[in-house]
Amino acid sequence: MERRRAIYEKDLNLEATELRLGLPGLDESEKQSSTSNSAKNSKKRPLSEMDDNNSSCVTENEQQEYAPPAPKSGFNKIFFFNNFRAQVVGWPPVRSYRKNIVQAKKPESDTSLGMYLKVSMDGAPYLRKIDLKIYKSYPELLKALQNMFKCTIGVYSEREGYNGSDYAPTYEDKDGDWMLVGDVPWEMFINSCRRLRIMKGSEAKGLACL
Amino acid sequence: MNPTLKKPRESVDLSELTQSTFPDEVLEKVLSLVQSHKDRNSASLVCKDWYNAERWTRTKLFIGNCYSVSPEIVARRFPKIKSVTLKGKPRFSDFNLVPENWGADIQAWLDVFAKVYPFLEELRLKRMAVSDESLEFLAKSFHGFKVLSLLSCDGFSTDGISSIAAHCKSLTELDIQENGMDDISGSWLSCFPDDFASLEVLNFASLNSEISIDALERLVSRCKSLRVLKVNKNVTLSQLQRLLVRAPQLIELGTGCFLPDLTSRQYAELESAFSNCKNLHTISGLWEATYRYLPVLYAACASLTFLNLSYATIRSGEFLKLLAHCPSLRRLWVFDTVKDEGLEAVGTSCPLLEELRVFPADPFEEDIVHGVTESGFVAVSAGCPKLQYVLYFCRQMTNAAVATIVRNCPDFTHFRLCIMNPGQPDYMTNEPMDEAFGAVVKTCKKLQRLSVSGLLTDLTFEYIGRYAKNLETLSVAFAGRSDWGMQCVLEGCSKLRKLEIRDCPFGNAALLSGLEKYESMRCLWMSACSVTMNGCRLLAQERPRLNVEVIKDENSDDSADKLYVYRSVAGPRRDAPPFVVTL
Repeated sequence: MERRRAIYEKDLNLEATELRLGLPGLDESEKQSSTSNSAKNSKKRPLSEMDDNNSSCVTENEQQEYAPPAPKSGFNKIFFFNNFRAQVVGWPPVRSYRKNIVQAKKPESDTSLGMYLKVSMDGAPYLRKIDLKIYKSYPELLKALQNMFKCTIGVYSEREGYNGSDYAPTYEDKDGDWMLVGDVPWEMFINSCRRLRIMKGSEAKGLACL
Repeated sequence: MNPTLKKPRESVDLSELTQSTFPDEVLEKVLSLVQSHKDRNSASLVCKDWYNAERWTRTKLFIGNCYSVSPEIVARRFPKIKSVTLKGKPRFSDFNLVPENWGADIQAWLDVFAKVYPFLEELRLKRMAVSDESLEFLAKSFHGFKVLSLLSCDGFSTDGISSIAAHCKSLTELDIQENGMDDISGSWLSCFPDDFASLEVLNFASLNSEISIDALERLVSRCKSLRVLKVNKNVTLSQLQRLLVRAPQLIELGTGCFLPDLTSRQYAELESAFSNCKNLHTISGLWEATYRYLPVLYAACASLTFLNLSYATIRSGEFLKLLAHCPSLRRLWVFDTVKDEGLEAVGTSCPLLEELRVFPADPFEEDIVHGVTESGFVAVSAGCPKLQYVLYFCRQMTNAAVATIVRNCPDFTHFRLCIMNPGQPDYMTNEPMDEAFGAVVKTCKKLQRLSVSGLLTDLTFEYIGRYAKNLETLSVAFAGRSDWGMQCVLEGCSKLRKLEIRDCPFGNAALLSGLEKYESMRCLWMSACSVTMNGCRLLAQERPRLNVEVIKDENSDDSADKLYVYRSVAGPRRDAPPFVVTL
């Protein structure tokens, strides 16, 4: 206790009031002066927010998180804890299950990362997802679909649709209707397409005949 | 009648007062109508007769700290308990500040209850350690068991839930929320027997595994008294529609995933299903909800009192439209993605609002300016004068804004403000946020719970000690300048029951200034403060009826890294793990 008090008094200096952007504890003199916490600084690495993948409680040891030096008595550090925030145990006080909701959501909502759509194929046990943004034209898209599902889709014709092929690609548009892929210009297609379904040729005949 | 015959107050015969003038049966009948455990606790202190009558008539047990009393003591005093509420770990365990295997295991309680209360019907647990074996034991030991609620518990898996579903033939409530549990499979839902039909409340929103939608449909069809149904995010919109048509009587609904997935016919069917739910007061869930499908809710929102959007990061545009349909809203939980704009709409659309919680969508994102600011909060306060409960996460705040807010809403009972940057001052004046919380405690006389944040000196705590006379719970982080701050609070807040502090410069002098106080409180938590082992030992010596527990970090110096102090009639814990040192 005595030792700490002496150190705190030494610490009543300009450093404490300095506006900083860096992590507390990175400063060499701080490392020496801060007491129990300096041991933590060197051993532990910052918490990665991606570590918390499930909602179960993880011990501090497992997380190896950086804990800040406690504000010294007699002075409050008047600097902004910019990077600090992500690395303090349990701060901000948001419960883990709530953190997970948003992390799971993020990739989907950021449209600059791509336009991922579900693709189902009749008879396949599970769905796939493709990023429409990486294709520039129908032939590219159809080729990719054929590769992904190992099927033949054939050639589109305005009159006959995909007549003659095993499978036909269809999509659900903004209004909820199922349309044949290829009828509208590419730009219009990628703006209105919500999901894709590769139908069996026999079923797709109905769409093409309209 | 003759005034001279009236005895002056001082000379009333005291022996008359100690005899109860009611026969026991009457006393018991009257006391059996007293529901609140606080009132019952008071009643039991009146005299021996009342104590006895009270203990024979108490059926609901509330234990705020499972270590404050032992199951044996409870069993001896109360012979007729049917319902138990138990809380375990300190609240900061929600934020990973308490290591695993700390304790609060339910099994010791269940062992005693199985012997003494074989007719136990309800068990509500918060922050307790619960194993699958305990759940199975529970399911098989209590034949009339009706209500199980697990909130923030850990240690069990869906296997344990299967035992409950399979064996509790009279179950009316199964409420599994936000637990640290293993989600192995959704097969637990299929464990309800085919003739089981008594369920009134089913909440599995926080479970991740897929359940059998057919089993759920059949269950919902059979349970005609079902009033609360909260499904998880694996339930799609079309599946939800099928559930809703089977349960139009629902009062609380937690939807599944709201991702666009419907044909226009299905959309119309869903809309119609919602409009048939005439009794809905609460809606939650709404994962991935966007402008596309939120409108299906509109018809059900007229009588909505609680809207929980804290799983849906919706934006202000769609939020505004939704709010316009919810004029009766009293409680609103939302992400800060709705921004100040969204909160302005709350102010204009929801005049009856009593509770607002705004959660941060990106609590760890620095540099990006988003979320809500002080103006959103001010806007809500201007339009919602009945606000009593607020939890607000933001990145900037000013003293002036808070002063305005409490001027608009003087009836706050719960004020929890979290400025997410630790130690951040008023961003306009660069001053500490002392005056903000000063305004809160001076204006809100009914304040029971306060969480402070931002740059705070001891002045904040002087204000709290001087004005917050009804304060029961105080949470402090990264604040204060010296021991004086904490001393002010301990001395001034006569009704204080829970004090939780982290990362503050409060040391032994502050800790020991509360010697007279801690036995009247439920608990004190101090972590990463300046308290030492010596200080804690002194406290333990002076107050043997307190349990003084320290969790130390690896280094061996004298600092008491995590201190947990609580009153107990059960003595020191016998199940403390090695890292918990009882002084």
